[in-house]
This record gives sequence, structure tokens and C-alpha cells, in this order.
Amino acid sequence: MNSTAAKETLLYLNGVTVSFDGFRALNELSLVVTKGELRTIIGPNGAGKTTMMDVVTGKTRPDIGEVFFRGTTDLTRLDETEIANLGIGRKFQRPTVFENLTVFENLELSLADSRSTWKALFTGPSDERRDRVAATLARIGLAEHQNQPAGALSHGQKQWLEIGMLLIHDRALLLLDEPVAGMTDRETEETAELILDLAKDRTIIVVEHDMAFVRSLGARVTVLHEGSVLAEGSIDHVQNDPRVIEVYLGR
Amino acid sequence: MWSASFWACFLGCSTVLALVVPAFNLWIPPSSAIALPDYAVPLLGKYLCYALLALSLDLIWGYAGILSLGHGAFFALGGYCMGMYLMRQIGARGVYGNPALPDFMVFLNWKELPWFWWGFDHFAWAAAMVLLVPGLLALLFGWLAFRSRVTGVYLSIITQAMTYALMLAFFRNDMGFGGNNGMTDYKDILGWDVHQPSTRLGLYIASATALGLGYLLCRFITSSKLGRVLLALRDAESRVRFLGYSVTNAKLFVFIVSAVLAGIAGALYVPQVGIINPSEFSPANSIEIAIWVSVGGRGTLSGAVVGAILVNAGKTWLTGAAPETWLFALGAIFILTTLIFPRGIVGLLRETRWIRRRAATAIAAGEQA
Repeated sequence: MNSTAAKETLLYLNGVTVSFDGFRALNELSLVVTKGELRTIIGPNGAGKTTMMDVVTGKTRPDIGEVFFRGTTDLTRLDETEIANLGIGRKFQRPTVFENLTVFENLELSLADSRSTWKALFTGPSDERRDRVAATLARIGLAEHQNQPAGALSHGQKQWLEIGMLLIHDRALLLLDEPVAGMTDRETEETAELILDLAKDRTIIVVEHDMAFVRSLGARVTVLHEGSVLAEGSIDHVQNDPRVIEVYLGR
Repeated sequence: MWSASFWACFLGCSTVLALVVPAFNLWIPPSSAIALPDYAVPLLGKYLCYALLALSLDLIWGYAGILSLGHGAFFALGGYCMGMYLMRQIGARGVYGNPALPDFMVFLNWKELPWFWWGFDHFAWAAAMVLLVPGLLALLFGWLAFRSRVTGVYLSIITQAMTYALMLAFFRNDMGFGGNNGMTDYKDILGWDVHQPSTRLGLYIASATALGLGYLLCRFITSSKLGRVLLALRDAESRVRFLGYSVTNAKLFVFIVSAVLAGIAGALYVPQVGIINPSEFSPANSIEIAIWVSVGGRGTLSGAVVGAILVNAGKTWLTGAAPETWLFALGAIFILTTLIFPRGIVGLLRETRWIRRRAATAIAAGEQA
């Protein structure tokens, strides 16, 4: 515990409650993620996993509670664009790539550079930008598909493209919502490797249902249930927790 | 994007529009069957203004997914600014011969010129207003709508409400823009008689030039990185926000550019048709613009130009041959476009060219194997 507390806190949620028509999607959720950590979050449907991501990325405002990034930045006061520009990236549950743009253009838009509307008008293709996109294309294995519209990719390839978009965006904190949903076993394995590789130099929060995948990441696990934290610890620790078994794993 | 074949095509089309058409009017004797009669010049000029208007709608609808069904309002505002200038040019030559006031103000017993008419004696002021008035309305309207994330059909409805409200306002005599009758009976523009064939030819060439420059501007925007941001937000708006782009700013930028282009189109239209009145604000007019764009092919730019010219040429012909059938024909064209070729004329041409090219590569590959 002491070693964790000594590390810098990157994301801090305290007493966050979100209600939709009386249903408490998040119920006084408190969560601390330290810098450089890889964290997996599991929980049954409706446990509040996606709502938690919505709160962090500014899509949903909490009714009460605090959400701080890097200690002092209050995320509840910012919108999605501002939060994205602080260095928080997100991958959605359903792969959302820009279907009518090519794979190359999807990555080019995600490049970590100016987001100004005015500058975008005068940004032409450059070798430097092309090289950075090419490097990412190689890393996610989509180099030969670069001129195809992203809509023509397979489901697994779209997931990879979206991860590639996060990769090239170079964010300090990544939120991945079910990154291996709909992937084959082999793709799942490769994705686990990619995430472990990415985790070397950034903080990542992964929400996932696939227990084998969670185990392969070997990271600290937080179990959510009815909008708050039920248990936290290593995968073996939470899998042996009787309360966790009752609400989730035992079913 | 800016290849040699593009420039060849663009310059070819521009030459035909801006030079060959006037040549048929000027140098071919009127007795000849292929001569372009004087009355047809402002008619063609009107089509080009409509084409610029359609282009402005395609920029926001085809690329950013903003279906404005009130774009006629920006066109009409640009037209009114030009109309005010033309009214001031009449001077003491009006029916009442009042040197200080336009006829409709004398008729309403007004004693002095309202403050918002100041400056319209000067062409430069009027020209600035042609750009500023639609631009500022687009800034205000767009900022409120896009900041509140009004999209899709809701945005279309409030743009209709906007143009409808403006129409009702301009119908009132108290507004000071000629009410129901609008403004007409123009005499000259920049010192040239608006009824002279040479002036009309000049206005035609000005319209063709504005259309060409407007096209290049739209093409520049859509082929830049901003163009790809627009396409991206058309398809997945929230994803664009999570990438860190300001959806509000990007939409606002193209919306203002589009409104200014529509305003210029309106300003060139008024001296060629000789009148501006509140019916230009009618919601039905704005819906027609969307039909031109979808017939030509949205998201193609050139399609907007083709669609506007073809539909309006058809309208001129049919309203002459069988006036009562025009609205049915327009409805039929729209339904056919939606059902049979949703990508429009230009979209369809591009698709067949693409299929042919693919077939050709397939055959070539087959021969090699």
C-alpha cells in the first residue's frame, strides 16, 4: 500500500454518483489510479463501467462527486474536447472509426498535433506526418489496407485501427472499453501483447468481460457492482472473494 | 486533389461558362439558330447564382452533414444588401422624384432615411454588407445551435424557422425594406444601365467568376485536413470530440463560409432578375436548394453546380410549356433521385467510372495470369 501511495496519482474519483431517471449508474464510486499503472475493471452488466468512462471523458456530468486528473485538474468542469486535449484518450465498446475515411486518414486525424480549426485548413501532407502514420500502420499490421475505407475492414481490424488511433494520439491516460470484444483468440492474444507494450510508457484502464484476457494482462483488478467498488486486488485475490463470486463470477 | 487533369477540367468548364457563352451572344448574328438572344443572358446568369447557392449548401450538407433548410435566408440577405444599393442609385429618377428617399418610403410618408440605410449609396459599403450580414447571422445562429449540439433533423427544422421568421419580418412595411413589394425598378449599377445587354453580360461574367472562385474555395477547404475533420464529424461526431477537435469550431467555420457564399450569390442574382422581395425567404425556396444538390450528387461540389443548372433549366422549360405540372415534376425528380440514384448524377458518373476502371484492372490482371 505504501509504495502505491507514494506514487503520483493520475486519476482520482471520489464519491461520484450518476443517476439516470432514478437509477444510480454510479453510486458514490471512489477510485484512484496512479501514474504508469495498468488497471483492469470488471463487473456484471449495469455495474457502471461505461458510465465511469463517460464521467472521466466528459460525456456525462456526475450529480455529485469529484473527478481530478493529475491532482488539480477538475474534469467535471471540462467538455470532451478539452479533456481529450489534456491527454486522455478513449476507445469505445463498439469500434468507432471513421468509416468513410481511409485507414491512413483515420490515423492522420488522430496524430498528436494541432487541433486548431484554422491550422487544419492549411495542413497539407508532409513526409514527417506520413512517416509517423506509416510507423503506426506497421505496428497495428494494417499497412496493406492503408488506402481502403475504414468501413471495409473486418471487426477485429477496426478494433486494431482504433487502438492505433489511440497509439498515434499519444495520450498519457488511455481508457479502453472492451478492446477484445468480438476478436478471435489469436487477435485477443496479440491485443494483450500490444496493451502490455503500450502500458510501458503510459497509464491504461481496461474494462473487460473476457476473464482469460484479464488474467493475461496480469494487472490490478477492480470489481464494480451496482455503481461502486466491490473488491480490488490481484486477479486471484478477487476471484476468491466470496462477494465477487456471488455477484459476478459465480453466475 | 489538385492534379493537372483537375485544372484542365476546371479551366475548360470555366472557359465555356465565362467566355464561350458571351461569345455566342456577341458575335453570332441574332438571326442565326445558335445565337444566344439577349433575354437568355440574365437567365443563364441566374442559373449560375443558383449554382453558387447550391455549392454553398453542398459544402455544409455534403461534407459536414449540416442540412440547412433555411439557406435561402442568407441568399436573400445578400440580395437585399445589393437591392438597397440599387435603390439608392435610382436617386431622383423614381416615380415620386424624391432625391432623398426611395419610392416606397415616400409612399409610406417617411420623412428621412432609416439609419440602417446609411452607407448604401456606396457600392463598397453594400459589398461589405453582402459579406457581413449573412456571415454575422451565420455566426450567431451557428454558435447557438452548434454549441448546444443541435444536429440532424432538429437543426434542419430550426433553420426553416429562421428563414420563415425572416420572411414574416421582411413582409412588414415597418421594417423599412419595401415590405410585400420588396425593391425593384432599378436603374443602374456602378454607373451602368442594368437594362443594357452589355451590363447584363458583365453581370453574367461576374456570376461565372464568383462561381469559379467559390468552387475553388470549397475545394480547397474540403481537400484540406479540415475537410477530413468535417467528413469524420459527419459520420461520428462524438468520436471527433474525443480526438480533441472542436466540433463547434469546425462546423461554425464552414457554416459561415457557406452563408457568405450564399450571400454573394444573392447579391449577383438581384441585379439580373431586377427585383428582391420577401418571397426569397420562403421555406419552399430553401428546400428546393437541397433538391438541386441531391439531384447533382451531394458531397461532390461539382454535382451541386450541375444539379442547380439542370433543375432550373428544366423549371424554365416546364413552367413555360405546362406551368401547372412543375411542382409534380420537382417532387418526382426528388423521389427518383432518392430511390434510384441516391448519389446523384455526379455520384453515379464517378461510380460507373470506378467500376469500369476496376473491371479494366481485373482484366489486365487476368491476362497476366
